[in-house]
Amino acid sequence: MNFETIIGLEVHAQLLTKSKMFCRCRADYASAPPNTHVCPVCLGMPGVLPVINRQAVEYTIMTALALNCIIPEYAKFDRKNYPYPDLVKGYQISQYDTPFGRDGWLTIEINGTKKKMGITRVHLEEDVAKLLHRKSADGEVYSLVDVNRSGVPLMEIVGEPDLRSSEEARQYLVKLRTILQYLGVSTGNMEEGSFRCDANISIRPEDNPESMAKVEVKNMNSFKAVYQAMDYEAKRQRQAVAEGWKLVQETRGWVEEQGKTVAQRSKEYAHDYRYFPEPDLPPLTVGREWVAEIKARLPELPEDRRDRFVAEYGLPLYDASLLTGSRTMADYFEECTQTGAYWKLPPDTAAKEVSNWLLGEASRIMNASGIDVSQFRQKINPGELSGLILSAHGVINTATAKSVLGEMFHTGKEAGEIIVRRGLSQISDTRQLEEVVIEVINSNAQPVADFKSGKETALKFLVGQVMKATRGQANPALANEILKKRLTEG
Amino acid sequence: MKLSRKEVRHIARLARLGLTEAEVANLREQLSDILENFEMLQRVVTDDVPPTAQSIDLQNVMRNDEVDPSRPPTEILANAPRREGDCFRVRAVLE
Repeated sequence: MNFETIIGLEVHAQLLTKSKMFCRCRADYASAPPNTHVCPVCLGMPGVLPVINRQAVEYTIMTALALNCIIPEYAKFDRKNYPYPDLVKGYQISQYDTPFGRDGWLTIEINGTKKKMGITRVHLEEDVAKLLHRKSADGEVYSLVDVNRSGVPLMEIVGEPDLRSSEEARQYLVKLRTILQYLGVSTGNMEEGSFRCDANISIRPEDNPESMAKVEVKNMNSFKAVYQAMDYEAKRQRQAVAEGWKLVQETRGWVEEQGKTVAQRSKEYAHDYRYFPEPDLPPLTVGREWVAEIKARLPELPEDRRDRFVAEYGLPLYDASLLTGSRTMADYFEECTQTGAYWKLPPDTAAKEVSNWLLGEASRIMNASGIDVSQFRQKINPGELSGLILSAHGVINTATAKSVLGEMFHTGKEAGEIIVRRGLSQISDTRQLEEVVIEVINSNAQPVADFKSGKETALKFLVGQVMKATRGQANPALANEILKKRLTEG
Repeated sequence: MKLSRKEVRHIARLARLGLTEAEVANLREQLSDILENFEMLQRVVTDDVPPTAQSIDLQNVMRNDEVDPSRPPTEILANAPRREGDCFRVRAVLE
């Protein structure tokens, strides 16, 4: 029997606010010692009152708008009750039935075809404390609680079960992260846990409208993990059915080292959350003027920027897609186009040249060193890169320019300085080159004879010899020209 | 509507309360009385009244995204029954 895979993703993203969701403790806990970003509100001490962080609400509405959601006029927060030590208060403040955004979508492209993927809802809640599991010398298993993360604004984006493969799931996630990064509302860093993903996956027989039992998969800490876990789960479910097993609704965890999912013991009473409206937080009326204001602040989103790169810079769609895949890369590209060196490049090819360098050699360096664009930028800024690209027009050849870029990256020095110190300038002096050309002609009688008898390719070999004699410093076009002139005249 | 003993035990479990048999019997009566009072309220016709999430007339109370210093860990951990370093120590909870 043939089955269709059905996947829906739930994403949690920490918002980039300065302070926490309901108190003024610092939200960034990355390098903070345990329990140093904590106050009585974080601990839910008797008598404290939470107050809503306006910025977090605006970031959530902004995201909902970018995901084409409806923004309801009424929103409130609710208490989600469950006893677990990562919730010091005994409940999490979340939104149950009145999210800030609902019924939106984002588009992904599968084999050149655009597909709209539904967004069920976008709501706001608070992150929970971090648990560190320990085992004492005498074998007692216990947990340590660090409350720093508790109360950090957490946005949840629930997707419709519209995804049909692991590749669609991966693309959806990448697209969603790119949008959040463009909006500047989240770092989107999966490895550090500021962007997390759970998945619901089931299979459906082709001749049946009902899908089989839905499995929730947790513990996927990278894009690759999501892809692999979805792949594994789709196969596991098909195989289980083929072997005559009955699929059950359950929660499974992805075990990276073993490349498989395993059934998890579910939390006791996990689904008896007893939601009720948060009595400490008055509800919100999301006025249309406020929404319009937030909408006006939306930056250019990835697809619009890609299309503009094609229209404005004449870049191929492929280049434009790759460049705008990350906001920092797209920004880097556009900053290059605003440098003095850029305007000295041939106007017809300037944008494509910058694109080639960024997607080629610069990306190679970033991948090899395991760094991102902003880290690359700290070593080589757009002005310096543009300067190098200009040098590759006449001063040095392309191969030399690539090695100069590597040295710029490692030493932090500018292209000009490296070129002068290493004596890399191309020999564009005709008289100097002529001497070399004469020497090459004299010591390569056979290729010279070949060329004279009509074998054009011999010329390439002779140019190569000139380049070799000058250790790559000869201007190849000029060498070519002088050689041709000497051979046809002489 | 009278709550069953099982329902009372379930509610106690959710609240992490250990109850004796006598307490279960007592609370069964008391909780059932409370529910009966609400049943009386439910007899009021509210078809034309929109649901409300609060009883005071406040809305859109928000603050600017500003940071204040937090409390020192010694204060935060002052009431902790058990601690280890600057962390709360709790019994293991299985996922």
